[in-house]
Amino acid sequence: MANYDNADRVEFRVRDCALAAIGTGYRARDMRELRYQLLTIPADCLYYHFWGTRLRPRFGSPEYINDFAEWASNGLHDTPLAERVGVLDPTNYDSLGELRSDLIDVIDERLDEVTVAPWARADRRFEFVRGELVLFNTNHRLHRPADLAEVLPHLTTGSVYYHVIDARGRTEEGHDDFSVWLEGYGEEYAELILRIREVNPYFLALDRLRDEFARICNTYFEDA
Amino acid sequence: MSELLKQYEAVTGPEVIEQLRQLAQPLAGARVVHVNSTRAGGGVAEILHKLVPLMQELGIDVSWEIIQGDAPFYQCTKGFHNALQGTPVHIGEQLLREYERTNAENAERLRPSLEEADVVFIHDPQPAPLLGLCPDRKGKWIWRCHIDMSHPYRQVWRYLRPHVLDYDASIFSMAAFSQPLPHVQYLIPPSIDPLSEKNMDLDADEVAEVCERFELDAGRPMVLQVSRFDRFKDPVGVIEAYRLAKRFSPGLQLVLAGGGASDDPEGEAVLQEARDAAADDADIRILLLPSDAHRTINALQRSADIVLQKSLREGFGLTVTEALWKGKPVVGGDAGGIVLQVVNHYTGFLVSTPEGAALRIQYLLQHEFSRRRMGENAREFVRQNYLLTRQLREYLTVILAVRHNDESRIDIA
Repeated sequence: MANYDNADRVEFRVRDCALAAIGTGYRARDMRELRYQLLTIPADCLYYHFWGTRLRPRFGSPEYINDFAEWASNGLHDTPLAERVGVLDPTNYDSLGELRSDLIDVIDERLDEVTVAPWARADRRFEFVRGELVLFNTNHRLHRPADLAEVLPHLTTGSVYYHVIDARGRTEEGHDDFSVWLEGYGEEYAELILRIREVNPYFLALDRLRDEFARICNTYFEDA
Repeated sequence: MSELLKQYEAVTGPEVIEQLRQLAQPLAGARVVHVNSTRAGGGVAEILHKLVPLMQELGIDVSWEIIQGDAPFYQCTKGFHNALQGTPVHIGEQLLREYERTNAENAERLRPSLEEADVVFIHDPQPAPLLGLCPDRKGKWIWRCHIDMSHPYRQVWRYLRPHVLDYDASIFSMAAFSQPLPHVQYLIPPSIDPLSEKNMDLDADEVAEVCERFELDAGRPMVLQVSRFDRFKDPVGVIEAYRLAKRFSPGLQLVLAGGGASDDPEGEAVLQEARDAAADDADIRILLLPSDAHRTINALQRSADIVLQKSLREGFGLTVTEALWKGKPVVGGDAGGIVLQVVNHYTGFLVSTPEGAALRIQYLLQHEFSRRRMGENAREFVRQNYLLTRQLREYLTVILAVRHNDESRIDIA
């Protein structure tokens, strides 16, 4: 992470991270229980099930990105709910509170439509989990913006998570660390910043996100 | 860098080892003690055999203690094991008193080391009461439960729960296993050691020699299940699945390979049930192997075309991880930690019945390309997620977290 306080042109130290999963003991067996638990679960559970899952092992492109939609599909077998929850994009919300509220609204809407609240098998309950982030140093350093094109393709998914996903909660305007670092160079890289910020990090897996950032930087510096 | 760390680095890549070093740095000199009930047999002992030296290499002062008991103690703790995995088991007062007496005796011996330790890991229910028997403990205590506790038999859990309530944290292998407890519950799947005799690469000659020793025909397909002889592993169901699959593949061979653990008094009875079910089928080999037959198991896994783990209940299923690491697709029971590892059509298939297992065996035998592709996926999946280094990283994280009172982020820098 860059030191933003002292100078406008600083070294960017790439960090890596891992997410330790913590069981909360909250669980849901049917759609009503899910709604009920969503009223009270800690906000970091919501964050984990929308964003933290990115660091979990998975194959291919999942049908649904967040855990609630995935459970609606594979646990409750309720496709309409899965589709409506699956399309919720957390990047459109200013706070997790607003996201929670909309998620509950979607479930309420579905509960109004069904005669019996769909339920899951006893071994397919929804388990609410929260995450604890562990941060590491890496040997990667960015000394000038052009280094982005060289370094980005080699980043681990943990680094991408930390500098793109986690950064949204750390930086003032909710942006990724890379574009915030580029802001330190004034207007010089305004076009590159814009291109980077056009990427929606929610709908891309971390390795795809890394590739997309690398492609943007590569194209930008080649053109330049 | 030590030779041991270099060997791991060759498998995992340098970033993984660097992360371990960073995590271990603030723990240099810290005294950590692991306690379990057996030094041989079963996944817990296997992991500790490798985890402890690796932690030592990283500069942490680690020791491993075993609690010792006699037959009634193990009868009681086997009852706990079955009950926590959902079987209604009545455990009489006499056995419970034996459990408490054995722990009290062990506490007398272990108390000085445990009370002085900075962090104590207590593995499974066998030594759980030690916490209450070490009132002057200075460090943090963590209960590591390796069992599938998704649906525990409540009567037994009500007895055990007070013994674990006062721990500073607990660790379960999956979210579904966690229980309402007043402390933080970390979710950490176990792992395999890629350098151990059970998982290291073997010469083709050695694999062939093992097949020859057990009179297996290398020219015919072979399916294998490696597990203790335990009803939850469903060895009889595996034989049923083999018989169904053999209708389509008459040359099919089945190997059921396992051993006993010193803390499992039921093994003999289940082994006999499997032998009865196999009857006089010459293509079924039931192998009772000693607990140190790691290279033999390694060779059997490498010689199999498909590996089965048709468990009805499973904590995690390290035998699944071992098979995936050797590039074998796994047909596994839809239970416990197997579902974390067996991803339908990517690393194998999840099944619920002997019929389902037979169908998937048949499919995989007929589709060699799919079998190979799944095998490649499987090895990479384990490399990224289920090697010892990942588990150690998470254990070190837990140690740091409990010493920092569970902050929402831990910055090693």
